[in-house]
Amino acid sequence: MSINAWLLPLILFAPAVGALLLTLIPENRPDLVRRVAVLVTGISLAGALHAIFHYQTAAGGFQYEVLKPWLPQLGIQFHLGVDGIGVVLLLLHALCGFTGVLISYSIKQRVKEYYIFYLTLITGVFGVFMSLDLFCFYFFYEMAVIPMYPLIGIWGSDVKEEGRVKYSKQYATMKLTIYLTLGAVVALVGLLALYQWTGAQTFDIPTLQAMLADEPLSTAQQRWIFPLLFIGFGVIAPMWPFHSWSPMGHAAAPSAVSMLHAGVLMKLGSYAIIRIALPLLPQGAVYWLPWVASIVVMNILYGGFVALAQKDLKLIVGYSSSSHMGYVLLGIACLTPLSLTGAVMLMFGHGIMTALAFAIIGQLYDQTHTRWLPDLGGLAHQIPFIAGCGVIAAMASSGLPGFANFVSELLVFMGGWDKYPVQIVCGALGVVITSVYMLRVVRGTFFGPSKPEFEGHVHDAKTPFEKLPFIILVLALLITGSWPGPMLRLLESSTGPLVERILMNEPNTAPDSIQVHSPAKPGHASASNEHSEMN
Amino acid sequence: MVEAHSAAAAVGATDPALLALAGKAAWAILLTPLICAVAILLVGIHRKSFAMAAAVGGLATSLICTLFLFFQASQGHLAVPFEVSVTWISLGGLSIPFGVLIDNLSLIMTLVVTGIGSGIFLYSVGYMHDDAAASRYFGMLSLFAFSILTIVLSTNWIQLFIGWELVGFCSYMLIGHWYAKPSAAAAGNKAFIVNRVADFGFIIGILWLWSVSSTASDDRTVHFATLMARLPVLVESGAVPVATLSVIGLLLFCGPVGKSAQFPLHVWLPDAMEGPTPVSALIHAATMVAAGVYMLCRTFWLFEMIPSTLNVILYVGAATAFLAAALGFAENDLKRILAFSTLSQLGYMVMAIGLGGPVAAMYHLTTHACFKALLFLGAGSVIHGTHEQNIWKLGGLTRSMRWTSLTFLIGSLALIGFPGLSGFFSKDEILVLAREHNLPIYLLATLTAGMTAFYTGRLWFVAFMGKGHAHGHESPPVMLGPLFFLAGLSVVAGYIGIPAWLGEHHEAFHWDVALTSTAAVAAGVTISWLLYSKRAIAAGSLVRALALPQSFVENRYYIDDIYTWYVQNIQQKIIAAGCAWFEQNIIIGAVNAVAALAQGLGRLLRLFQTGVVQTYVLVFVAGVLWLITRYLAVR
Amino acid sequence: MVTVTHYVVASAALFCIGLAGVMSRRNVLMILLCVELMLNAANLLFVAYSKAWGNLHGQMIVFFVITVAAAEVTVGLAIAILMMRQRNTLDADAVQSMKW
Repeated sequence: MSINAWLLPLILFAPAVGALLLTLIPENRPDLVRRVAVLVTGISLAGALHAIFHYQTAAGGFQYEVLKPWLPQLGIQFHLGVDGIGVVLLLLHALCGFTGVLISYSIKQRVKEYYIFYLTLITGVFGVFMSLDLFCFYFFYEMAVIPMYPLIGIWGSDVKEEGRVKYSKQYATMKLTIYLTLGAVVALVGLLALYQWTGAQTFDIPTLQAMLADEPLSTAQQRWIFPLLFIGFGVIAPMWPFHSWSPMGHAAAPSAVSMLHAGVLMKLGSYAIIRIALPLLPQGAVYWLPWVASIVVMNILYGGFVALAQKDLKLIVGYSSSSHMGYVLLGIACLTPLSLTGAVMLMFGHGIMTALAFAIIGQLYDQTHTRWLPDLGGLAHQIPFIAGCGVIAAMASSGLPGFANFVSELLVFMGGWDKYPVQIVCGALGVVITSVYMLRVVRGTFFGPSKPEFEGHVHDAKTPFEKLPFIILVLALLITGSWPGPMLRLLESSTGPLVERILMNEPNTAPDSIQVHSPAKPGHASASNEHSEMN
Repeated sequence: MVEAHSAAAAVGATDPALLALAGKAAWAILLTPLICAVAILLVGIHRKSFAMAAAVGGLATSLICTLFLFFQASQGHLAVPFEVSVTWISLGGLSIPFGVLIDNLSLIMTLVVTGIGSGIFLYSVGYMHDDAAASRYFGMLSLFAFSILTIVLSTNWIQLFIGWELVGFCSYMLIGHWYAKPSAAAAGNKAFIVNRVADFGFIIGILWLWSVSSTASDDRTVHFATLMARLPVLVESGAVPVATLSVIGLLLFCGPVGKSAQFPLHVWLPDAMEGPTPVSALIHAATMVAAGVYMLCRTFWLFEMIPSTLNVILYVGAATAFLAAALGFAENDLKRILAFSTLSQLGYMVMAIGLGGPVAAMYHLTTHACFKALLFLGAGSVIHGTHEQNIWKLGGLTRSMRWTSLTFLIGSLALIGFPGLSGFFSKDEILVLAREHNLPIYLLATLTAGMTAFYTGRLWFVAFMGKGHAHGHESPPVMLGPLFFLAGLSVVAGYIGIPAWLGEHHEAFHWDVALTSTAAVAAGVTISWLLYSKRAIAAGSLVRALALPQSFVENRYYIDDIYTWYVQNIQQKIIAAGCAWFEQNIIIGAVNAVAALAQGLGRLLRLFQTGVVQTYVLVFVAGVLWLITRYLAVR
Repeated sequence: MVTVTHYVVASAALFCIGLAGVMSRRNVLMILLCVELMLNAANLLFVAYSKAWGNLHGQMIVFFVITVAAAEVTVGLAIAILMMRQRNTLDADAVQSMKW
């Protein structure tokens, strides 16, 4: 058991210590810099794997907890711990971070500074996923946002259209930082209001949750705070119409940062909603979520249609991310154990899939110096391995069975069918749109006759080391997708109680609906029981 | 973790040892191709002979296991239906099993898949011998075998859907096998997307069916056997209105409309001929496109309850049968003629379902799988030998490719329903059904039989007889073997009692129906003979006389054009471009406007910063004086 | 008899002369001189009230002001010399590079 006490700090601080170590390494030793980065993210990955395999599903709740006072005068604690949701997202982040470090071997300019910022970013995101104190949470949240600014501004690339700059990287990074900070501030207002109105003198999430369960805020207060939190965190989710920072942010960022950004950073928003907004403000959630369910349909369909019109590979994947995060938000909005489990599973599946997609596009861009779809073609001749991974990413994205995305989208649909059938139908339509643009990308990039300008210049990932990041990501998608049981059980141990607690608070409507159905119920139930016995 | 349970559903007592063995065999049928596919894609991607051996060996293993189960079941040792399954997803009130359901229906379909499949796999060894990417081809072929078996042996809707999507993926990969050809890549995309559109309806149907499957929200099921027992009760008690069920049925029917290429989503199948010919034989003739029909048979208990949906199915099937046969008249590509013929025959099968005859549909599916696979493999042999697909550039093949021509002739005769061959019996069943239930449909079906004979005759007389001089060389034995095997099957499949096996006692032979259809067939063949062999009628004058329908047919009723127009003009230029405009100008524009506002405000305030110290002092003093006067005024 | 009022008036006059000079003159040296005038006006007032109320607080402040004024003149004259060297002018309006 002793390892459990320092498992989370190990995962969290390994990259931070790595970043500190890097400051001591001379500039002219880029290989050493890279090795240190691989080592520390590898430690985090091993820790995350240990955490997920040793999480006690039967016990549930927060595990591997660490609790130290930080600023006791203000009731601020350094409180870490993960539940089933957190542990899955830890793994997602550890996978994306580790493979991102491997992919970053192609960075040649100011390597040391790059990895320092990159490892800081990784630390921040780990911190968010394991924080159980609002202050701690917010601290790490900002820590994750800030390094994006230099990472995109210095190592990024302009988004071009027909050869001229459409969005410069400075514009993209400025917009991203301001947008996310603004969202964080809106959320902060909500958090402070929560702190003030509760009068609890603590930022500790489990404590707050217990207190609010006994003495909830008034319905009016909850209805005021919930949208602040939802929009504030929804900006990073990204919720329509606050999404426009994300596709161009993805597009301008260097590949490894895009991987983390689309793979993990966007999940911070939906994670924060699940971790903070839902359990602390159940009545606010019940009041506002029907609106959310309709808005996120815009995410899904609109994002898909905009992706159809793009020709820059990264913008296509960027808009597809904002489309797919719509399913996550839809799963949250449906608020059933199935749909919420599906939503978290989709956070995992989509994270890995997008990381894979950006890793592939990064490889393409490094070698061909273009991501403009009409300029590409026939690359399967030169880079069959990458092309194979590209087909896999496209299929995972279109929700092919066997990948985690299929299971999670199915669960969201099944979970939400009773509440929002129209929205679910629109969501299913989104899957069709996804396959249209994804296949267009695959065909336009990899298929067709070999282009002479690429012959001899474009090289496949040949060595096992070059293939490693792709193989890790593909395997993660396939394993969780074809045998989802263990991960779903893990998630259910947390989502089930969460939804139960929220719906317990649902005012009036719940008892009514039970009464409406109850007269018909016994007869049918017994009838169907008889028949299942017959089978 | 993995809870495996096997249950003998029927009352028949089965020896427990045999049951355990049968369970293992059932799993082996399903999983061997998967294991082989994984092995090929992981370790054999650069080892061509390993890939070939693994793929053929894997499917042959499945075939042996199927035969074992088939004989055990037909001897009565093994009680069917029996089911083995594991729980794939178990979550709250949701439980999705993944397993193998063995009954007479799935056994016959598994035999078709593994039997004909093995032949085609073997044929591929010869056909793809010189292909650089043969390993990928065989890997995908094995994966396809697993996927289609997932459908066939499925115990529930979700598993069926999983297989459904996976066959679509394999089809996409195999159609686009020669991806360097833009037309092949485009055809793959088209097939996948058209199927996706259909599956959109299909999955909604599954969700809806699942949601009405129980009145208690934690007791819902997608399991076939449970639904089969439960739905009639629910319908009877009024918990599920028949109207709802009809809509669900229509949505579910969307799946087969896509997968079995029914009108108006048939457009992908002719293009799918871009793939290697064995793929056309296996996937786009014998098995995958038949999966839609199989699904309708598998779940016929559901459609039985909703006559209005059955009617829709009937008319869609009949329309497909007739319209596709007409498309065969004007086609010049050897494989595409066969593709239209496949469409037409699939229409027959779906029509049979609509007439309430799943046994007839399944019967025709089986015989069609034999002779259509034979025809495609024959076409493949021709293409392999001559590198030519245009029937007008072929001709005289009976001389240069004797064995291929012979087997092709057998296949053609089976297709048109030559008395005594398998197609004759199975088509007869459908025609009898049609005459009983719906006279106009019967007439249409008989007409279609004549049209089938016409385009098949045209194909035969032009490409094989003729005075042409296609320089072909006969194919190697590894390709001829499967041809003979399938030719044999095409002859005998009508005599082995498939309808009886599927549980229909054979009715008396209907001489009138048989004679009428044979007359139609004879007429069709004769006209094509007169036109294309004897040249008694100048084809040119006929074309001129039929100019309007001719252009209509040559352009495939303009359906492809309509879809292309929709995609290019509506979807891309209006919806997608509109959304992109909105994004760029409204959403990004609004954000930029906020930024511009802040900037403008800053620019305005900057004016006060003159940099002249005296101005500041002046303002300062004026302020102080103002304060003093205020102070004095208050005093 | 010279009363406090006389000192106050004299101080106010001195202050206004200094203020007018600061506001109207362009020459940096003149501005510095005028600032000195204003400081000394304040000093005069401090001393006058110190005498009138009979304690030494005001005189103490005056020493402070003289010290600060000396420091200020030192810095100011140094800036003036640098201006002369670099820009060849003592016109305050000519030094505007910090203005947007």
